[in-house]
Amino acid sequence: MNESGRFIEEYRQEAEELLVGIEEAVLDIEDNPDDQEAVNRLFRAMHTIKGSGSMFGFDDIADFTHHVETVLDKVRAGEIPVTKTLIDLILASRDHITAMLAAADGGDPVDTQKGEEIIASLKALLAEDEGAAKESVPSTDDPLEQEEQGVETLYRIRLHPDPAIFSSGMDPALLLDDLRELGECNIVAQTEDVPELDQLTAESCYLSWDVTLSTTKGINAIKDVFIFVEDDCQISIDEIADRIEAAAEETVPKLGEILVDKGDVDEKVIEESITKQKKLGEMLVESGAVSEEKLKSALNEQKLVSNIKKVAAASTVRVPSDRLDKLINLVGELVITQARLTQVASKTEDMELAEPVEEVERLTGELRDSVLNIRMMPIGTTFNKFRRLVRDLSSQLEKQVELVTEGAETELDKTVLERLNDPLVHLIRNSIDHGVESPEARKTVGKPEKGTILLSAVHKGTDVVITIKDDGKGLDPEIIRKKALEKGLIPPNADISKKKIYSQIFAPGFSTSKEVTSVSGRGVGMDVVKRTIESLRGVIDIDSTPGQGTVITLKLPLTLAIINGLLVRIDEDYFVLPLMTVEECVEIKSGETEKINGRNILNVRGDMVPYIRLREYLKIPGERPPMEHIVITDVNENRIGFVVDNVIGGHQTVIKPLGPAFKQARDISGATILGDGTVALILDTNVLLENA
Amino acid sequence: MSKVIMTADDSTSIRQMVSFTLKQAGYDVIEAVDGKDAVDKLASTSIDMLITDLNMPNMDGFELITQVRAMPKFKFIPIIMLTTESQADMKQKGKAAGATGWIVKPFKPEQLLAVIKKVLR
Repeated sequence: MNESGRFIEEYRQEAEELLVGIEEAVLDIEDNPDDQEAVNRLFRAMHTIKGSGSMFGFDDIADFTHHVETVLDKVRAGEIPVTKTLIDLILASRDHITAMLAAADGGDPVDTQKGEEIIASLKALLAEDEGAAKESVPSTDDPLEQEEQGVETLYRIRLHPDPAIFSSGMDPALLLDDLRELGECNIVAQTEDVPELDQLTAESCYLSWDVTLSTTKGINAIKDVFIFVEDDCQISIDEIADRIEAAAEETVPKLGEILVDKGDVDEKVIEESITKQKKLGEMLVESGAVSEEKLKSALNEQKLVSNIKKVAAASTVRVPSDRLDKLINLVGELVITQARLTQVASKTEDMELAEPVEEVERLTGELRDSVLNIRMMPIGTTFNKFRRLVRDLSSQLEKQVELVTEGAETELDKTVLERLNDPLVHLIRNSIDHGVESPEARKTVGKPEKGTILLSAVHKGTDVVITIKDDGKGLDPEIIRKKALEKGLIPPNADISKKKIYSQIFAPGFSTSKEVTSVSGRGVGMDVVKRTIESLRGVIDIDSTPGQGTVITLKLPLTLAIINGLLVRIDEDYFVLPLMTVEECVEIKSGETEKINGRNILNVRGDMVPYIRLREYLKIPGERPPMEHIVITDVNENRIGFVVDNVIGGHQTVIKPLGPAFKQARDISGATILGDGTVALILDTNVLLENA
Repeated sequence: MSKVIMTADDSTSIRQMVSFTLKQAGYDVIEAVDGKDAVDKLASTSIDMLITDLNMPNMDGFELITQVRAMPKFKFIPIIMLTTESQADMKQKGKAAGATGWIVKPFKPEQLLAVIKKVLR
């Protein structure tokens, strides 16, 4: 019997039991008309027959029972008295429902005329009560039905939730996520209602949101997003223009027009501001006519419209990538020179010089961002290739696998993207081959036959996080531990965390696969994957739940040309540590760093952290200062500290490659030039750890 | 860890259908036969979401929602009510008690999952 058949059978049994209960309840009521409990019992039974009936396809029963229920509701409320007529009618209804159930099971067809007679009599009872029978037909108010309109339209949405929205179990972030799924979306949070800290209640929502959404799904799809909150939130949805119109119009609407249109500001104020001839937005904020967030939201809308125009124009120029590389190099030089210029200018304290220098700083920043942007490509192109890979591999291995991708629009530097291809292919192969089980095996453990691999990319700060997640059998820590012991990768009896055990699969030549397939199992690969990711200045992380699947996370910098670094100083020399791996910085006094059993270990709030003193490692002469700093990093699941003289702070590091003469210096991955012209070396923490 | 959803309904067939649909979709399910049973079970377990019928013996859906919301650990969980009619006053009453949303019977398994996806992630 199929599943729906099982439920129908279940319903039939349930209905029969309920019908017996109905008979009892009716007879109880006849004996004692004031028996409120029996009336409630009767109502509930009819209600369940109706509700469940409509669920499992017994629409005729549901329709009929609806009329009985309506009458019983009135009886329950005391509006219709319990009379002999009523009792007779209910009993007749009960018998009719029984007949309908039997008919659905292949019994004699029901006497429809009798059914109609009963309905008419029931309606007559209602009519007696209130004159006109008010019909409430079960409507299909379905929050999920979506109307596909097909025309891409620009909407302006304002969501002002009730402060108590969290206590209804609704998270406004989910609503915003749903909006994002509808199309190109720009969201600006409005913070003007956030009170002072002493008046702030953590469980209240003070934010509201302005959203500009460009979607083909139509206004009903947007309304559906808010269906559960429309009563207690202020929501406005306005159509601005459809996409074609927006593209056809000659000009992008002016900022002032948008603000006036949204009702944020009066036209007069705009006029006055324009005559003052300064940046309109700045003026408006200064004068307090609009808040900064309101302005930002309007600016965003303007941007979205102008983006649409750009797409509509769809003019692209093909440029060889080496020209782009040259451009990026030049911009890097420019950024460095500009930093020097700023430093020199600040020393001379010449007011006349200061202004153009500031201007240069701003322009350089803009130039750097837009040049880096040229090289950015959406990761979606790479994702699409994998669909075919998954299809071919899964049929080859006789498995059923579905690839789900998220965040295809996430942009990454072209170089990073190209070099990411091979590692991703490898990881997806592994997921299909080792992770996802055969359909039979999946069925026996109660999983759907078709396995799922989720490939997602998302921006986090200046990093891109790519996740490959499968719902397969997961990694077995015991097998990996055994194998690692065999290979001498970990000491016997060592107390190692699960994560650390998992990370053993990145060791060269490591494979737990019992047999080698054409796809994988030779243990060549994961170490290459790891090395490639690290050469991209990225971090790879693995987590797994046996029986539930494995998650591999890649954290990569947006671009290779500029990284977020932590600038530190030892003696007179400056060094940069990649900020991605840094966990914290702690000050230490000279007494605290004495060796414990000949090893460099420091007690940081109860945690034993091994450390490398960079002064010793890099053989820098001179005396250690009385107060040193330790930068604690997380390298390959190892917490390790690097002791330096002083931590200067975060630094946007433009990476300059070192000449071929320094090829052997593996622990130094590049150099950068600071504002005063000093060279700072960029340290590779992975190699430092290996060498130490 | 899969999310745990409680379904409270006095109709066995609906409870089974909801439970089966949720399990297929990878959720863990706790069943309760009425409001009182639900409250008893919630005293000792934790759930991520509640799906409740409104008309139930012993304790109805509104009372159940009110009591669940009063427990600190369930103050912010999504609660969905099953209603037969899309009458506004039922929804109002449910929302006033603390329900997050509703789904109108009859519904298909996909509709149930879509509503859950709206409120539980």
